Amino acid sequence: MDFLSEHQPEMLPGNRQLPPTQGVIEAPHGTTIVAVTFPGGVVLAGDRRATMGNIIAQRDIEKVFPADEYSAVGIAGTAGLAVEMVKLFQLELEHFEKVEGAQLSLEGKANRLSTMIRSNLGMAMQGLAVVPLFAGYDLDREKGRIFSYDVTGGRSEEHNFAATGSGSIFARGAMKKLFRDDLTEEQATTLVVQALYDAADDDSATGGPDVARRIYPIITVITEDGFRRVTEEESSGIARAVLQKRLEEPDGPKAALL
Amino acid sequence: MSTPFYVSPQQAMADRAEYARKGIARGRSLVVLQYADGIVFVGENPSRALHKFSEIYDRIGFAAAGKYNEYENLRIGGVRYADLRGYTYDRDDVTARGLANVYAQTLGTIFSSAAEKPYEVELVVAEVGETPEGDQIYRLPHDGSIVDEHGSVAVGGNAEQISSFLDQRHRDGMSLAEALKLAVQALSRDTNGSEREIPAERLEVAVLDRTRPQKRKFKRIVGRQLSRLLAADGATTEAESSEEEDGSEEE
Repeated sequence: MDFLSEHQPEMLPGNRQLPPTQGVIEAPHGTTIVAVTFPGGVVLAGDRRATMGNIIAQRDIEKVFPADEYSAVGIAGTAGLAVEMVKLFQLELEHFEKVEGAQLSLEGKANRLSTMIRSNLGMAMQGLAVVPLFAGYDLDREKGRIFSYDVTGGRSEEHNFAATGSGSIFARGAMKKLFRDDLTEEQATTLVVQALYDAADDDSATGGPDVARRIYPIITVITEDGFRRVTEEESSGIARAVLQKRLEEPDGPKAALL
Repeated sequence: MSTPFYVSPQQAMADRAEYARKGIARGRSLVVLQYADGIVFVGENPSRALHKFSEIYDRIGFAAAGKYNEYENLRIGGVRYADLRGYTYDRDDVTARGLANVYAQTLGTIFSSAAEKPYEVELVVAEVGETPEGDQIYRLPHDGSIVDEHGSVAVGGNAEQISSFLDQRHRDGMSLAEALKLAVQALSRDTNGSEREIPAERLEVAVLDRTRPQKRKFKRIVGRQLSRLLAADGATTEAESSEEEDGSEEE
């Protein structure tokens, strides 16, 4: 990054001159990302919709990326900028690893992402915000951890579960009612699909599982063994199971009243 | 004011080459071999932390003999070059040929610039292809020339003797265990022809494995996996070792 800013500063997102604009720039925006920890790891998942105003810009966008072997980042906000930010973030982690011969600590990775978001503040104030969710397996503490951000680069560690994007309010509500301390990996992946379903249910910008087009949420799992993206087959299985249940109970599983 | 002695350009270059060669010869040799599933780097290195081999990019590995600070400098330069290329264009646009050219330019410039002392390093840049035919190995001596190598290559102090030993015995399609054994055999031969034992802890081994599912094919082989490969005789352990490789993630 330092090397890049010296040699080709125009390659860095934060270093571009912004033209003066009037009103909001129309660009595709990604919507809901959710994450949940379970004993032994963390699950990060995202829906597949990108919207541009009231239009669905893309039905099958991918918003969850591996950052390196033990962490992943899910993006909400302006898709183009976010994808570039993730690309630079991935590059930087890999570069550090190769030059130093050791990985950055999870904390270090989270801080780095924070700086990158902050450098985008100018754009964010013009309506082109990027708000990612960062999740990874901490090899030192031997557990999955989640970090959430705000547009100014403020970073906070979330415990148990977190969500970002337009549907995050609904997703968070769903996760609050469904979360347990002793989730298995399989239950955790089901939980995130439930949460995304609830987000899509109440937020027009979040896409639900699209059975007709076979577009299902992207689910990634990070454990001691590293990053793994749940296969199309598995995620369609989970999504279909959730959908099947919702045909009987449209509002999803009921939590105990007391 | 005294007049400097006249030194003919031929003599000056010969002196510089001699200087660099002597520096390189002081270091231990290392070898790079092709095997069925990729390229293996083997060298004697008592240090666990100061590596002679390194990953440059997805399919590209780097090996160096000579002075540590000088080749470390070149290695970091290579990583920067590759990462910048890959970020600007695409991961596929980073090639060993391009990298070797950059190294050749750098070494050549330093070698012929009178103001600097020549680098006492010899590099190997290797890229693993989809098939053994796609593998590329380049050797870069201290003066900035490039040699396109096939099969096996040795650099460092005892390089000539080792490479002639390897040339006679290396064949295409060796298993990793076979290639590793051959490499260790070659490295254990002293200049006077006698053999000595190199224990596994003093070996640095890394592979570019084309069968690895990840994009990044470089992997160090250490600890138990290394001792098992060294103890192995042939095909039986191949399956085991590939299993191990999938499971254990290094670095």
